[in-house]
Amino acid sequence: MASISKDEVVHLASLSNITLTDDEVVSMQADLENILNYVSQLSTLDTTGVDPTYQVNGLENIDRADEVIDYGVSREQLLATAPEQSEHQIKVPKVI
Amino acid sequence: MSNIQNIVDAVASGSSSAKAQVEEALKRANDKKDFNAILSLTNERALKRADEIDSRIKKGENAGRLAGVPFVAKDNFLTFGSPTTAASKILGNFEAPIQATAVEKLEAEGAICIGKANLDAFAHGGSTENSAYGPTKNAVDTARVAGGSSGGSAVAVALDIVPFTLGSDTGGSIRQPASFNGVVGVKPTYGTVSRFGVVAMASSTDVIGPITKNIADAELVMDVLAGKDDYDATTLPDFFKPQTEQVKKQKVGIVKELMSDGVEPEVLKITNDYIEKLRTAGHSVEEVSLPLAPMCLAMYYIIVPAEVSSNLARYDGIRYGVRAGAKDLGELYGKSRDQGFEPENKRRILIGSYVLSSGYYDAYYNQAARARTLLIQQFNGLFEKYDVLIGPVTPTVAFKLGENTDDPLKMYMTDVMTTPANLAGVPAISVPAGETAEGLPVGVQLIGQLKSDAALLALARSMEANNE
Repeated sequence: MASISKDEVVHLASLSNITLTDDEVVSMQADLENILNYVSQLSTLDTTGVDPTYQVNGLENIDRADEVIDYGVSREQLLATAPEQSEHQIKVPKVI
Repeated sequence: MSNIQNIVDAVASGSSSAKAQVEEALKRANDKKDFNAILSLTNERALKRADEIDSRIKKGENAGRLAGVPFVAKDNFLTFGSPTTAASKILGNFEAPIQATAVEKLEAEGAICIGKANLDAFAHGGSTENSAYGPTKNAVDTARVAGGSSGGSAVAVALDIVPFTLGSDTGGSIRQPASFNGVVGVKPTYGTVSRFGVVAMASSTDVIGPITKNIADAELVMDVLAGKDDYDATTLPDFFKPQTEQVKKQKVGIVKELMSDGVEPEVLKITNDYIEKLRTAGHSVEEVSLPLAPMCLAMYYIIVPAEVSSNLARYDGIRYGVRAGAKDLGELYGKSRDQGFEPENKRRILIGSYVLSSGYYDAYYNQAARARTLLIQQFNGLFEKYDVLIGPVTPTVAFKLGENTDDPLKMYMTDVMTTPANLAGVPAISVPAGETAEGLPVGVQLIGQLKSDAALLALARSMEANNE
């Protein structure tokens, strides 16, 4: 049985950059435990010597020439989607 | 008979016009507002495009294979003319600077996007109840869910607002709502249709496809959508060609693990009736086993949250969407993501972070990825002997609004029969098969091997004639 402590929920939230409220931590704890207990059934499956699959349609090493592609979209249009801009750049709170 | 072709012919002959088609579709969308199937309409842009198409037709120019046909895209497709929200708060004000390749391809053939359909936020869910903008109601019974996550897309077609919509299917999100609303839903082979410009959920299983009233329409739209796109490295060279020749006698396998006691009796009966019709039509049908089918949900709810946690990392309140007020960068990320995501988004991101953490990575994520290999081997074994596999789409009919919202795991169970095809990348379609005594629609699921999409649709089309 997977068991998840409140501290672990807070740790996972911090890894995920989500600031959960205290109430959310409590409800997440119960939900995550239920879900992890359910998916843990997979541990009963013998997969010794089996290679993992990450891609299913057989394509691999798809590359292209290292050339700039014109998507038909301007820098201004892209910047306009950011919540705050200043002097043609995306503005963020002071980092250092 | 193709509803889409009828519109194209009427617009081309002058008995209707693109403008009339768009105006009528917009009116129907407004008349059916109570279903909450559509989040936004592109009124101005759609009418302008309709005028352009009408003037091309008047000049005798070729306006495309879908000239004048209105459609709706799920709101996780980037489109011009109205916001692209993914039914989330964090993208609540997002005006896309580009359009999805799928939308561009349809527009290049003269189709007109008139609006955006509701979904579970970021396509996380099976009922459209996880939308930040309220649930979509079932087209047949408004006390019930639309299904999901492409609930708005399925209901918009079922209500005849438009003849086709676009959906996305990561674990059943096209097929399940199609089944719940009595329409056709196509989950193509992984890589058939470009996903460029579609909000990513789980990149190793996400596919996009059409929802329609009949198979001929699905074939027509798939024919336009399919093909390689330089902007999506997972796309396959175009292999999709609607099958015109007579359907040969098929070897059909009934997946016994999908026909279990957990399936509602009426769903089982309607599925068995469809199987009987296949027999009557001369196809050979026998029971087969896909032993790992019962494990697919566990695989899915490890692999998909892992990919979700990566794909949703980009919603940070910096580059697009809504930013929470904060005094430093860490608080900005944390609060923007807490306020901008729905509870189910957060659950999946946290589960993803868990299964990818050092110490758990091999036991969860890689174990699921190895199990996926075994599942594919079992599918391949079956497809050596059988052309098509069949089973229900879901274990139940559309459930009541609110019935499963308190228990995330119970909600996940609605994906139990649709996830196998996503994990293996194979095509699967949901076809209307009948309705229960209460009048609720039930679909059956046809699953084929990689790239057998056209053959699956041709079989379903031949059965459609038998059903009428």
